Amino acid sequence: MKNPQLNEHGELQHLLSVEGLPRDTLLHILDTADSFIGITDREVKKVPLLRGKSVFNLFFENSTRTRTTFEIAAKRLSADVINLNINTSSTTKGETLLDTVDNLSAMHADMFIVRHASSGAPYLIAQHVASHLHVINAGDGRHAHPTQGLLDIYTIRHYKRDLSALSVAVVGDVLHSRVARSLIHALTTLGVPDVRVIGPKTLLPAGVEKLGVKVFHDMNHGLAGCDVVVMLRLQNERMNGSLLPSAQEFFKSYGLTPEKLALAKPDAIVMHPGPMNRGVEIDSAVADGPHSVILPQVTFGIAVRMAVMSILAGN
Amino acid sequence: MNTTTLPDAEVLYAELVRQLRAHVTRETAIVGIMTGGAWLAERLHRELGIQPALGVLDIAFYRDDFDQTGLSRNVKPSQIPFDVQARHVLLVDDVLYTGRTVRAAMNELFDYGRPSRIELAVLVDRGGRELPIAAKYCGALLEVDPAQVLVLDRKETGTFGLSLSNSHRERRTSS
Repeated sequence: MKNPQLNEHGELQHLLSVEGLPRDTLLHILDTADSFIGITDREVKKVPLLRGKSVFNLFFENSTRTRTTFEIAAKRLSADVINLNINTSSTTKGETLLDTVDNLSAMHADMFIVRHASSGAPYLIAQHVASHLHVINAGDGRHAHPTQGLLDIYTIRHYKRDLSALSVAVVGDVLHSRVARSLIHALTTLGVPDVRVIGPKTLLPAGVEKLGVKVFHDMNHGLAGCDVVVMLRLQNERMNGSLLPSAQEFFKSYGLTPEKLALAKPDAIVMHPGPMNRGVEIDSAVADGPHSVILPQVTFGIAVRMAVMSILAGN
Repeated sequence: MNTTTLPDAEVLYAELVRQLRAHVTRETAIVGIMTGGAWLAERLHRELGIQPALGVLDIAFYRDDFDQTGLSRNVKPSQIPFDVQARHVLLVDDVLYTGRTVRAAMNELFDYGRPSRIELAVLVDRGGRELPIAAKYCGALLEVDPAQVLVLDRKETGTFGLSLSNSHRERRTSS
């Protein structure tokens, strides 16, 4: 089956999911991001790669952070950025997704950054648009959030260098997390030997072991000897439903406290895709503590998104 | 055009050093263009006793053929570890050909600040300019068949050699 992300030369045309991306492509993105890191130290914090190109931020679901970092990344590449908050525009008047996309294509878009509550929406757009256009998935339903997965693995590589002997634990609501799915694919593709998921049965997808991970329901066992702890956001709407007794109860079993973190390696790093729920999945002492690399993740996210956009635009 | 016998790169390098000694001061900053120009710059930096730390540029983000060739597979971070503002900069490359690489390098340099002067030193000028760019210091002028690429090699001992290969465009050239 043809990979919908690749063009006829086997090059990356769209970034829709980390799943199915060759190891070489992942490394190309990470290595390219390395070269974008230094650009913010210059007098002119821009390179001219996407000069004259129009990047449309198409957010059918709110996300200030992701949208902003994509916007900054595109601007540092000298692209023109147009932000559309679709919640408040045409779709509420009844326009279909593809009609919206056709209209924006007629405005000479070169790239769409798409976030949508429905899994697969960016695929639909990618299949629909003309061949010179590029689509980046900025989060679709429960399915994927590839640039977040890439910036997570970039962060891990930055601090740990060698991926071939690492233990990485992903903790919390894996079931609803597109971030977890993208990161797990990136970790296994790049040969991280020990990937663990930790969470209550109700918040781990059935058959998650098939992704090549070890499953733990007890955090004390799961965190033992880890190099990297990735905490996932517990979405507010899950807290008081049938899946969980309460946020307090969740924190007791799966919240990352300094005591629990002490079970991991002494030089372990703690990551979180944000936005954090302090006192629900993570204790403030950990979030603001010496092991936390949560804010560097945000900074690296810009370089990683610049890398993705420039590779796509050149293909 | 007979280019089968290439000159000894070490002889050209010695000639380049001779030209530079009379003009370069310890305060001149040296910036090499990756990869060959960076090797050359590294040796010149040592040999001429240059004070400011060595700069290197990977011009991949400034190339004018990005739309045709896409992004290079092996981009390396550029490093300019000195203040470019009001600095005399010696830009170094191995082979000067169309002039497009030098244009891209100058554009990148200006994103770090406004140098007081930029001069260009190359080991070989093979002609074929497509832009109004000239080297002030040059090891030799050489005629090379346009279908061939002239590249600098660095041996394990650190000495230089020149070699020819066929067309350098790795990716779709026609589009």
